[in-house]
Order: sequence, then C-alpha cells, then structure tokens
Amino acid sequence: MTHLFFYLTLSFYLSATIAYFTCLFRTSSGLTLWASRLLTTGCITHILSTVHLANKAKHLPLTNMQESLSFFSLFIIAAFLIFERRYKVTTLGSFVTPLALVMMIGSSALHEELHQLPPILQSNWFWFHALLAFVSYAAFTIAFGVAVIYLIQRHFLKTKHFGSLFQRLPPLDTLDEISYRCLAVGFPLLTVAIISGAIWSEQASGSFWVWDPKQNWSLITWFIYAALLHGRLTIGWRGKRAAILSIIGFAVLLITFFGMKHSITW
Amino acid sequence: MNIIVIGLSHKTATVEIRERVAFSPNLIEKPLHDLVALDDIIEGVIISTCNRVEIYATTHDIAGGIARIKRFLADHHHIPLETLEPHLYCYHSEAAIRHVFRVASSLDSMVVGEPQILGQIKTSYGYAAEYKSSGIILNRFLHKAFSVAKRVRTETKIASSAVSVAFAAVELAKKVLGDLSDKTVMLVGAGEMCELAAKHFLNSGAKGVMVTNRTFERAERLAEEFGGEAVHFEELFTHLHRADIVLSSTGAPHIIIGPKDVEDVVKRRRFKPMFFIDIAVPRDIDQKVDDVESAYLFTVDDLQEIVQANLAQRSIEAQKAEEIVDQEIGQFFKWLSSLEVTPTIVALRNRFDEIRRAELDKTCSNWKEMPPDAEKRLEALTSAIMNKLLHAPTAVLKQAGQGGRVDLYVDALRQLFELEAVPEAKEELELEED
Repeated sequence: MTHLFFYLTLSFYLSATIAYFTCLFRTSSGLTLWASRLLTTGCITHILSTVHLANKAKHLPLTNMQESLSFFSLFIIAAFLIFERRYKVTTLGSFVTPLALVMMIGSSALHEELHQLPPILQSNWFWFHALLAFVSYAAFTIAFGVAVIYLIQRHFLKTKHFGSLFQRLPPLDTLDEISYRCLAVGFPLLTVAIISGAIWSEQASGSFWVWDPKQNWSLITWFIYAALLHGRLTIGWRGKRAAILSIIGFAVLLITFFGMKHSITW
Repeated sequence: MNIIVIGLSHKTATVEIRERVAFSPNLIEKPLHDLVALDDIIEGVIISTCNRVEIYATTHDIAGGIARIKRFLADHHHIPLETLEPHLYCYHSEAAIRHVFRVASSLDSMVVGEPQILGQIKTSYGYAAEYKSSGIILNRFLHKAFSVAKRVRTETKIASSAVSVAFAAVELAKKVLGDLSDKTVMLVGAGEMCELAAKHFLNSGAKGVMVTNRTFERAERLAEEFGGEAVHFEELFTHLHRADIVLSSTGAPHIIIGPKDVEDVVKRRRFKPMFFIDIAVPRDIDQKVDDVESAYLFTVDDLQEIVQANLAQRSIEAQKAEEIVDQEIGQFFKWLSSLEVTPTIVALRNRFDEIRRAELDKTCSNWKEMPPDAEKRLEALTSAIMNKLLHAPTAVLKQAGQGGRVDLYVDALRQLFELEAVPEAKEELELEED
C-alpha cells in the first residue's frame, strides 16, 4: 500500500516538475493551473503515504535516510504550495520542485529496512525535535529557491536584459518578502528544534551537548541564519548579500542533514 | 443591403488634412442627420479621432452610396472634392467588415495594440445610437466589432507589453519594487517626459509625489498638479531617501546624483530597492549608481530598447489577431447575408397575399347569392394554396441563406416578382452581449 502511494507521489511530482519547468518558457494560465493541481495531488498522496507508513511503524517515519528524505521533500512541497497560493509565484516552483523530486528519487533508490526502534529513540522529544527541524528546513529551502531567483532577476536588471524569462520571474520585492517570511518562520523553529534536540540528547546520553558533527553543524547552520535575520532587522541586509548568505546557509543545512549521522543512533 | 466604409487615417493623410475633416463631438448631431438624409443611405455612423475620420453606412447602391458620402464629406467641411479624394479610402461588403474589425482591434493604429481606439469607436457609436442614425445592421455590426476587439485583447498579447517609454518605466518599476501602491515618486527637474512618467506612476497606484527643481515656484506648481510636496533643490539629498522611484530630467550640464550620494541614501533606506530613471541629456545621474547595491538605474536608451523589443513582439501577436479577425468576418458576413432572405420572404409573401386578397374580394363582391360559410371556406382555400406555393421557395431561400447563393436567388426573386425595395427588417434581433 505504501508502495502504491509512494510511487503515485513520485509520478505526480515528476509531472508537476516538468509542468513547472515548462512554465519558465511558456506563459499559460492553463499550464500554471495544472502544474499546481498535479503538485497538490502529489502532496496529498505523499501525506497518505507518510501517514500509512507511520501507522504501520507506530511512529513517525524518520528513523533512516530513506524516510527522512521523503519527509523532508513533503514539507518542502507543502511550504511551496502555501507560498504559491499567497504570492502567485509559479516560477518559484520551477526551482523548488526539482529539489523535492530528486529527494524522492533518492528515497526510492534507498532500500533501508524499517528498523525496530532502539530504546533511545522512543522519546517524544525526538519526534518533536525532528518535526520542527524539518519544518524549518523546508522554510529555508524555499528561502534558498527565492534567493537563487533573486540573483537571476537582479542580474537581468543590472545588465538590462529583459527577455521573456525576466518577465515570468516574480518582482524583486515579492522575492524579498517571501525570503523574509521564510526566515521569520524558519529561524525560531530551528532554535526550538536545536533546544529540544539537546533535551533529547540529555535523556538519551546524559549530556545536552555531545559535540558530535550533527549537533555542531546544526549550530553553524543556526549561526548563519541568525546572522541573516539580525542583519535584516538591524542594518537592513537585503538584496545580493542576503541572497548569497541564504544560499550558503542552505548548503550548510544540507551538510547537516545528509552528511552527519547522529553519533548516538543506530 | 451593403455596408460601406469611407474615410482617411494617419496612413493616408497628414495631420493638416485630418484636422480639416475632423468632426467635433459636440456638433455631431447635424452631420449624422445629414448623412442618413442622403439618397439611399439608410444607416450611418461617424468616427472622428485625432488619427482617423471614418464613415460607416448601409446602402443598396454601393458605387452611388460611396460617391455621395465622399461628396458629403467634402461639402460639409468646405474642401474641394478633388483635394480630399486622393486621401480617402473606401471599402464595401467583406472588405468593409474586415477594415472595421481591424480598426476596432487596434490593428490599424499607429501603435498596434493601443487601447484608446476601442473607446473612441464606442463613443462615436453611442452618438449614432442616440441620434438614431444607426439601425439594426450597423448596431449589430459594431457590437460585433467590439466583441472581436475584446477577443483580440484577451486571446493575444497584442496589448500586454509597454510600447511607450513612460509605460516601460512603470513596468520595470513594478518588477523591481513589486506593488506600487505604497511607493513614493520623486521628480527631479520638470521635463515633459518626467511629467508623463509621473502620471503613469500615479495611475499605477503610487501614493506619494515629491517634486524638486532649481526654481522652487515651478516645483510647487507641479507638486500641486500631482497632489504632492515641493522640495527645495538644495535639500534634495535630505529627502531623497524617502523616494522609492526617482525620475530625473533637469537641464543641468553635469551630474547631479553620484554613486556616493546614492550609497548613503540606500544605507539610510536600509537597502530597500530604489529605482532611478534618468531622462536628461546630458545625464543627471552617474552610471556608477547602477553598481550600488539595491539601486537600479535606467536611462531612456535602456527603456527604448525594451519598447523596441515589445513592438517586435507585438507584430507577432498582430498575426494572431488577424487570424481572429478572419474567423469573425466569415461569421458576421453569413449573418448579414441571411438578413437579406427574411425581408425578401416577407415581401414575397406580402405580394402573394395582396394578389390573393384582391381576387378574393373581387369574387365575393360579385357573387350574388353567397352561401353563409363560403367566404370562410374561400379564405381557407386561397390561404392554403398560397402557403403551399410559398413553402418550397421559402425553405430553399432559408437554406441558401446559409450557403451563399443568396444574392442570386434574392435578386432573381425581386426582379421576377417586381418586389419593391425591402423595408428595413423591423424584427428585434438579439444583439450579442459584449
């Protein structure tokens, strides 16, 4: 059953990605509508898949890389759909859906067994920490997509090249606003996620901070986004500098997510 | 019934001629009445804009009608016909329909895709309707033209991109600043282009306006016109940070705004994006301002490039528009043709009925001992004969109305039965909704 939902999700995401990509080259309200519908349907089947998996395992499907990838991409798509509804930024989809799709493909390629949960993971703090972390990751992924588009638009404006792509991409101001919202949502969530992670660590291993790579890199991620937010609120960091920092932050986030396994896990 | 079009436009006449032939909107009633008072001119509409004067009319006699209207134009404006005639174009039937559809869709305008012409035609048609110089045919015709224009606007991108420098500036500003409704515009200097661009920005929702000029009184005057505030030229940099959009067009021979100034201003605005347009020659704003983060500088040349590219794009869209016009012509022409059939059938039926009645009366009045229900029976008999006789030709005519051999049959019928000039179809035709 899970397999069915999973592969349905994959095919919807694939067709949505193609549709959104085409939106970069063709303006058509029909295409925009269908891309959104395909993605929304995929998101629903994805939720069903995740719920089904959670039901089977009696816990959130976050215990291995395969599950985590799927979970991550679900939140990315959900976050994007929310922003798309509010800001009508279809072309953002062209940058974000490929990311989610790659993650899903990666997830399907891995064949990890459903682990029996080791006792250390059977703490509510773990689920709380993981859930918040993923939501904040999704927000930062959107911020990343927006930052990339921002740099592209800015380039067009500065070099005075106003082709059809320029027309289709959203205005700088909109991108800036979305970026700020992502930051404003993602950063507090990340903060709470790290704190709850530390609490869980204390429960599992006796100390709040074990200085393992995962915790260290999350701290680095946190500092980068803290700097970004602080710069934005005080000096008014916007534009190119903020965009580049968003991209760096995302890169570090990916390292945190992929590269580091908890030293206290299976 | 034929539709004819006579007129001149920016394509066939210079403005000196056009202004002599223009009709004033306040004084349109008399010309409209004179127009339809002409021999065999049944309906008429006069369109008069700064780029064209056109007359649409319906007539039975194409050549005669056209000649009469040409003379009407010449006489009304006291211009010798020989002077006027070389500038006039005329169309009839299908070509006339095509021309009017194209004009309404802005395909014949100086700037293809411009939005004003449709409104102008609607206004002119309004006068004709008010003074009853237009009737069923022109009413339907122009309503159709309006809906064709609407199709062209929505189904092609002919009107979607900016083709004037001022519009291009506004479009670009929207790309940088997003929604303009809470943005402030600062005018530095007071050129005409500056004013025009400012008007466009205000139309697009920009809220605040500041004006500065070396001559403070001039700044005040302009500020009043826009409902904004005037700023002393010396205080330009004190207030510059409040502007999101800066339009500069002074006559100064040197740079007024340099990169250092803008860096300070941008920091003060906490790096909120700022949009500069420099229309002056020699330029007011240093090119290096564009390198400043969050500042975006455009000169008239940059905007012109956009306009050129958009114009090229429009001519591609214009192709699509022509195709839409083609489709619609066919439909309308069919309708126009079918209109011929109905009054003809009516006239034919009337003629038969006249004959029937005449003979019936003659018979009844000469019959000395007429049985009581005889008249009724005779009435029934003659009606039945008449209807049976008419049934086949009516059906065939109605069929032909769809096919296109209508003119032939209608003409033949008219001649064969000596039908008088067809009265205007008085039936209420449902006019299409816009």
